Amino acid sequence: MVHLPVLQVVIPLMAAPALLLLNRPWQSWLLTCLVTITAFAISVSLLGTVYSTGTISYELGGWEPPWGIEYRIDLLSAYVLLIVSGVAALVAVASRQGLDADVATDKQPTLYVLYCLCLAGLLGIVATGDLFNVFVFLEISSLSTYALIAMGPHRRALWASYQYLVVGTIGATFLLIGIGFIYSLTGTLNMQDIAARLPLVDADRTVHTAFAFIVVGVCLKLALFPLHFWLPNAYTYAPSIVTAFLAATSTKVAVYLLIRLHYSIFGANFALDVLPLNLLFLILGLAGVFAASLVAVQQPNVKRLFAYSSIAQIGYMIVGLGLGTVIGLQATLLHLFNHALMKGALFLAIAGVVYRVGGSDLAHFAGLGRLMPWTMAAIVIGGLSLIGVPLTVGFISKWYLVLGAIEAGLWPVAGLVLIASVLALFYVWRIVEVAYFESPTALTESAREAPLGMLLATWVLVGANIYFGIDTELTRQTSELAAQHLMGGQP
Amino acid sequence: MILDLYNYWVVIALMMVGFYSVIVRGNLIKKLIGLNIFQTSVFIFYISVGKVDGGTAPILVDGVTLYSNPLPHVLILTAIVVGIATLALALALVVRIKDAYGTVEEEEIREIDEQ
Repeated sequence: MVHLPVLQVVIPLMAAPALLLLNRPWQSWLLTCLVTITAFAISVSLLGTVYSTGTISYELGGWEPPWGIEYRIDLLSAYVLLIVSGVAALVAVASRQGLDADVATDKQPTLYVLYCLCLAGLLGIVATGDLFNVFVFLEISSLSTYALIAMGPHRRALWASYQYLVVGTIGATFLLIGIGFIYSLTGTLNMQDIAARLPLVDADRTVHTAFAFIVVGVCLKLALFPLHFWLPNAYTYAPSIVTAFLAATSTKVAVYLLIRLHYSIFGANFALDVLPLNLLFLILGLAGVFAASLVAVQQPNVKRLFAYSSIAQIGYMIVGLGLGTVIGLQATLLHLFNHALMKGALFLAIAGVVYRVGGSDLAHFAGLGRLMPWTMAAIVIGGLSLIGVPLTVGFISKWYLVLGAIEAGLWPVAGLVLIASVLALFYVWRIVEVAYFESPTALTESAREAPLGMLLATWVLVGANIYFGIDTELTRQTSELAAQHLMGGQP
Repeated sequence: MILDLYNYWVVIALMMVGFYSVIVRGNLIKKLIGLNIFQTSVFIFYISVGKVDGGTAPILVDGVTLYSNPLPHVLILTAIVVGIATLALALALVVRIKDAYGTVEEEEIREIDEQ
C-alpha cells in the first residue's frame, strides 16, 4: 500500500466529521476505537516497511517534492507514530466507561470528534516532511486539545484551557515566525530541501534568529522548565481519559518536533559556537527534573502529582538532548517511548479510580489496595517504572541516560539523574502508603474494581512497561539507528 | 534607508504591542486582543516577505514579466484561518468562564480559585 503514510493522518481526520454527524455516544465510541486501531495497524506496517526498504517518501497529490508537500516516514517518525497511535487506541478502548465519570453522556460524541482531530494533528506533525504543514497540524492538535481540556468537570478546567490556549498560541506563532525567516532565506518549505540549502545561506544572524524562535516556540509546547506553568492545571482539570491521552502523546510529539527541527534541519552542531544550547538544555533539564519532582512530592492531588512528574520526565529527555552525543539522543528517544507507556498506564489507572471513587485526591485512594487490587497494582508497577527499577522500561531509559552522561565525561549529571530517581520514589510512595497502609474511609469503602474495558487497556500498557523493560530489541535498535541517523552517522 | 524597510518596523511595533498586552492585561478579552495583534504582525511579516519590488499580482498577463511571490500569501491565508479559529475558541471559553466565575478579570478568577 503506497498510500499508507497519508492514510495514517487522513483516516482520523475524516473520522471527525463522520463522528459529528453520527452523534451517538456508543456508536461514536465504537467508530473511534476502529479508527484509532486502524491508525495503529498502519503505523505497525509503516515501521515494518521502513525497516525493510528504508525511508518512505510520499508525494501528496502526486506533486513532486520540494514543490509539492511531502510526507516522509523515516525510522524516527515511524517509531513515534507507533507509540502515539498505540496509546491513542488503548485510551480510546478505555474511554467507553472512563468518560462517564467526567463528561455528561450527551457531550461524549463531541469529545470523540475532538479526540480524532487531535490524533490526526499529532500524527500529521510526525508524518509530514513540510515545515508549514507542521504548523498547521500543530494548530489542529492544539485547538482540539484546548477544547478537550475545557470539557473537564470542574470550572477550573475552563481557566486551565484558557491559559494553555494563550501560551500555546504564542508558542505556535513563534514557530510561525521562525518558519517565515527560514522560508525567506531558502525559498523552500520542504525539510530535506531546507537542510540542503541552509548551509549555503550567507546570513548567519537571521538563521540564528529563526532557530531561537523555533526552539522557544516548541519548548513552550513541550513544557520545558521554566515554560511549563500551563501543564499542571491542564492535566489536573481535563477529563481523566483526556489526561491519559495528552500525557502520553502531546508532549512526546513536541519533543519529537524539537529533535526533528534541531537535528534534521539545522544539524546536530548548529549554532554551538554562538549559543551553548547543549549546556542550556542540560541545566534547564536538570532544573526541571528537580524543581518539578520536589513540587510533585507535596501535591495533595494525584493527577496533579503525576502532572508535575511529567514535567520532571520531560527534563530527563532534554538532558539527553543536552549531552549532544548519540547515546544521549538515544536515551531521549527511549525515554520518549517509555514515558508514554508509563504515563499512559498511570493516568488510565487513575481514571479508573476517578470512575469508582469520584476524585483523584490522595484521600480518594485510602485503602484502595484491597478494594481495587488490579488498578492499584497497575499504579505501583507504573510508579516503579517511573522510578527506574530494573525489569521495567524506566530502567532502560535511565540506564542509557546515565551511560550517556558518563561517556560524555559528565559524572555530576549522571549522579544528579540517580538522585532525582529517589525523589520519584518519594512521590510514588505517598500513594502506595495511602492505598495499602490506610484503611478505607467513608469516601472509598464502597469502591469496586474498575470496569473490565478500562482495566484491560491499563494492563496492556502495564504489560508493555514490563515487556519493553525485558525484551528491549525493538525500542533499543530503533532508537539507536534513529539517533545515529540524526547525528549524521551511518543510517 | 531605514525607512525603506518600514513594513518590518510596523511588524516589530505591532508584535511588541500585542505581546505586551497579552502579558500585562488582566482582562481576558484584552489579552485576546493582544494575542490577535501579535498574530497579525506575523501575517504582515509574511506578506511583506512575498512582495517583489515592482512585481505585480501573479496572474499571467501579456507584457508583464515580474510577479510577486504568491506562496507566502497563500501560507498566511491558512494562518489567518487558524487565527480566527483560535480567537473563536478563546472567546467561547471566555463566555463560559464568565458564566462559571461571574468575571473576566484574571485577578478575580485567581482569588475565587484560591478560596
